[in-house]
Amino acid sequence: MKQIRNFSIVAHIDHGKSTLADRFIQRAGLIEQREFRDQMLDNLDIERERGITIKSNTVTMQYTAKDGVDYELNLIDTPGHVDFTYEVSRALAACEGVVLLVDAGQGVEAQTLAHLYAALEHDLAIVPVINKIDLPGMDLDRIREQIDSELGLDSDDVVLCSGKTGQGVDELLEAIVTRIPGPTGAEDEPLSCLVFDAHYDPFRGTVVAFRVKNGRLKPGDVIRFMANKSTYKVEEVGRFKIRRVPCKELVAGEVGYLIAGIKTVSDVAIGDTVTLEARPCAALLPGFKEVKPVVFSSVYPISSDDYPGLVDALAKYKLNDASLIYQKDSSVALGQGFRCGFLGLLHLEIVQERLEREFDQSIIMTMPSVQYRYTLQDGKQVVVDNPAYYPDPGLIEKSEEPYIRTSIMIPERYMGAVMTLCLERRGENSTFTYPAPGRIEIKFDMPLAEVIFDFYDRLKSVTQGYGSFDYELIGYRESSLCKVDILVNGEPVDALSCMVHRDRSRQRALQICERLEEEIPRQQFKIAIQGAIGGQIIARTTVSAFRKDVTAKCYGGDITRKRKLLEKQKKGKARMKMVGQVEIPQSAFVAVLKTDGD
Amino acid sequence: MLRPGLYVHVPFCRTKCPYCDFYSECAPERIPAYLGAIEREAHLRREAHPAYDTLYLGGGTPSSLSPDELATLVMGLRSALTLEPGAEITLEANPADLGQPLLDALAALGVNRISVGVQSFDERELRFLRRRHSVSQARAALRRVRHQGFASLGVDLIHGLPLQDWEPWRQNLEAALDFEPEHISCYGLTLDEHTPLGQAAKAGEFELPSEAVQAELYLRTSELLTRRGYEHYEVSNFALGPAHRSRHNQKYWHGEPYLGLGPAAHSFEGHSRSWNHRTLDAYLAALDAGRLPMQGFETLDAGQLRLEELALGLRTVEGVSLQVAAQNPGAPALLTRLEAEGRVQLLPDRVLPTPRGFLVADAIARMLA
Ligand SMILES: Nc1nc2c(ncn2[C@@H]2O[C@H](COP(=O)(O)OP(=O)(O)OP(=O)(O)O)[C@@H](O)[C@H]2O)c(=O)[nH]1
Ligand code: SF4
Ligand SMILES: [Mg+2]
Repeated sequence: MKQIRNFSIVAHIDHGKSTLADRFIQRAGLIEQREFRDQMLDNLDIERERGITIKSNTVTMQYTAKDGVDYELNLIDTPGHVDFTYEVSRALAACEGVVLLVDAGQGVEAQTLAHLYAALEHDLAIVPVINKIDLPGMDLDRIREQIDSELGLDSDDVVLCSGKTGQGVDELLEAIVTRIPGPTGAEDEPLSCLVFDAHYDPFRGTVVAFRVKNGRLKPGDVIRFMANKSTYKVEEVGRFKIRRVPCKELVAGEVGYLIAGIKTVSDVAIGDTVTLEARPCAALLPGFKEVKPVVFSSVYPISSDDYPGLVDALAKYKLNDASLIYQKDSSVALGQGFRCGFLGLLHLEIVQERLEREFDQSIIMTMPSVQYRYTLQDGKQVVVDNPAYYPDPGLIEKSEEPYIRTSIMIPERYMGAVMTLCLERRGENSTFTYPAPGRIEIKFDMPLAEVIFDFYDRLKSVTQGYGSFDYELIGYRESSLCKVDILVNGEPVDALSCMVHRDRSRQRALQICERLEEEIPRQQFKIAIQGAIGGQIIARTTVSAFRKDVTAKCYGGDITRKRKLLEKQKKGKARMKMVGQVEIPQSAFVAVLKTDGD
Repeated sequence: MLRPGLYVHVPFCRTKCPYCDFYSECAPERIPAYLGAIEREAHLRREAHPAYDTLYLGGGTPSSLSPDELATLVMGLRSALTLEPGAEITLEANPADLGQPLLDALAALGVNRISVGVQSFDERELRFLRRRHSVSQARAALRRVRHQGFASLGVDLIHGLPLQDWEPWRQNLEAALDFEPEHISCYGLTLDEHTPLGQAAKAGEFELPSEAVQAELYLRTSELLTRRGYEHYEVSNFALGPAHRSRHNQKYWHGEPYLGLGPAAHSFEGHSRSWNHRTLDAYLAALDAGRLPMQGFETLDAGQLRLEELALGLRTVEGVSLQVAAQNPGAPALLTRLEAEGRVQLLPDRVLPTPRGFLVADAIARMLA
């Protein structure tokens, strides 16, 4: 039987997973040197631009061990950022082991622990690695000590390596084949495969990534998606070797893809089990844990005509990002759209960008919100993330909002500025540690709502880019909340409403009004913009009427130029939403989400 | 019966004004070649439309041509095309050029409207605009034109200069009114950023009056001239009664056909617009090669025709028909609101802009489009 090793590389963000994967890929000779580029597996444009991994990525390679045995290695490079943990957890379900990296300079961090626990939960073999040992001035003993005490692993098992120089990679490969067990599962059992990822290929339909648990699968087989009950005839199976490489069959223990002309996107669900129609397996494989989004926002097409396009794009996008949750939503101002749940702010940003770039959608996203918890007078509890469903304030007995514990790392000189920022954002219960000379780690309890708005941008600006920021949810705390409505010439614009802490309501309302004042073009009458709680106006700005809007002269019969100008302006108008008789440009909805670039 | 209008672009100026973005050159030595080319173009275009009832010599500065050159120009046109008896023949002139010999020549050629680019009766303002004429030259020229007995004298003025408010501008208007011109054009100074003055404004060397001041100047101008018997018949134009409106320019606003000869000139055929090569070089080269000097051409679809009808109609007192104006679902409510605000007057079948409506005519056109 073929020797197979399935493993993920997991670590805290930036600890060098993708760089290490590069060394494996090069060693296996998967691609020619001229095609190689750093962080080869980060193939999305956004991943390359931001220098982080967003999607897990599988690659299959051959390795001949020291003892002469040939192995097929299925490596999954995973993202480190906390917002993409769901990518990691699905990758783990396809593996028997993990390579857990610890950055020699940074040591154990929040996600190191989180991934370790997840791996233990899956009963996976763990190969601890101290990476980046080429770094000057690192303290190996300190890191070993952390691995023993904080991770509870045996630091004698640690492999030392550098993804950058390639030092220690051979030892690591040996450790992987010796310490991670091969897959169990029988080739002659009925087929069962776990779908752990997918993406939509416009020419071939849905490409499904899966792990074969039992049985074998080849082109021509008729498969069934067990939960979704759809059946297809397989056109192609293959392995991920940077490119998709077709093969004759995939057998128990292997990781690969299948193509079956699947044009109906909803037929494939991540976590579903694939079996053979003719000889089905007895039961579904355990799927994945439900995702628990923390940040919510609605997505609307810029032009209502594009709604069907957005429906299609979201379904296709979701194939490739199972952590996105969405359901129908609608707004008087923006028409039909979707309420989406995200795992964090970065996730929200990535979804927005990928929808625009990969799916060519022009969208507006409404003000992000957290999930507030309201206890009503009759004792009922409601959880609300959408201001449209804010309960009647007269009936609210108690309001609560989610809190986080932030961890902010900065050079010491920025301490004052960061403290001020955190206190401004209702931070409390602060503690400090000095992880390294000149650096300080500040921890605060803070409402999640305060960081989802523009906290990170502000932090970057007050620390001139030197601040790093991480957080964990620590539960709900009682709070004084209210709903702010925005009115344009007396008409509420539902898409601009938000739930905020009462102390922050006036400031937030004014900020939104000012943004709108800048963005709404002057019209031939005055426009009043107001922020209100219930019936009470708490902020107001005005867009004065324009006084003059006419060309002085159409010279020498050149009407074409004038018409073209009007046509251009009119096109801009198509991107406007009419609220009452006021035209609000799409840019206004976007602008209210932007930072106060002060 | 309706005849098309004929426009001839004379792309020569003695000096280039720093706010101007029309096409013109300071190259008198090229005038002869230009005159030959115009005649050839007129012959090439003859077939489409042989007869016209207006001729407008614009520029550039048509008056910068010598009496002989102007005679060659008009004779050349007449050799190819027919100007109807009673045709309106307009010439744009710089006051400095309007000496007696030129005026005699113009009268002999049948020119009956002289539009004088006075721009201002304030010496400092003229210097700011770097006009090549002086206030006294302007006054002398106007006197001479009046004396010569042309059917129509037009005075062009520019308002909205830096630091200008109502009083200095009113004095300009009064100075013009002294000559009892049949026609007055008041253009708000608009600076294209590609012009030297536009650049200077961008660099912060001076500031134009605020929009509020510009709007005030505009509305008070309209009031004053109306009181003095002028009809505010287009955004920037006033006439001493409908008979003295510019017949030629009205063809542009009313969607009537016209033919434009010369570099950068535009033509309109009812459903299509075309334009000539913008530079003299390209224009001459095309005609030397025996080709029409046309550079571009477009056919208008129904939507474009309607947009033009709105945008141009709302520039004039005739306005647009209600049928054209009220095609969109929101239009009736909008029109009612515009009427309440004094921007338009609603007749059973037409929408007529008021002077306050002229001020925002583009915006109204966009809203209705
Ligand atoms: N000195 C040194 N730098 C390294 C090494 N490995 C990675 N880096 C650097 O560390 C940074 C992050 O590397 P990545 O490989 O993208 O890290 P990652 O863990 O994949 O990051 P995420 O996928 O975003 O979690 C890059 O700037 C790398 O050049 C190493 O062995 N030594
Ligand atoms: S004279 Fe008229 S056309 Fe010539 S540059 Fe001055 S403004 Fe322009
Ligand atoms: Mg990575």
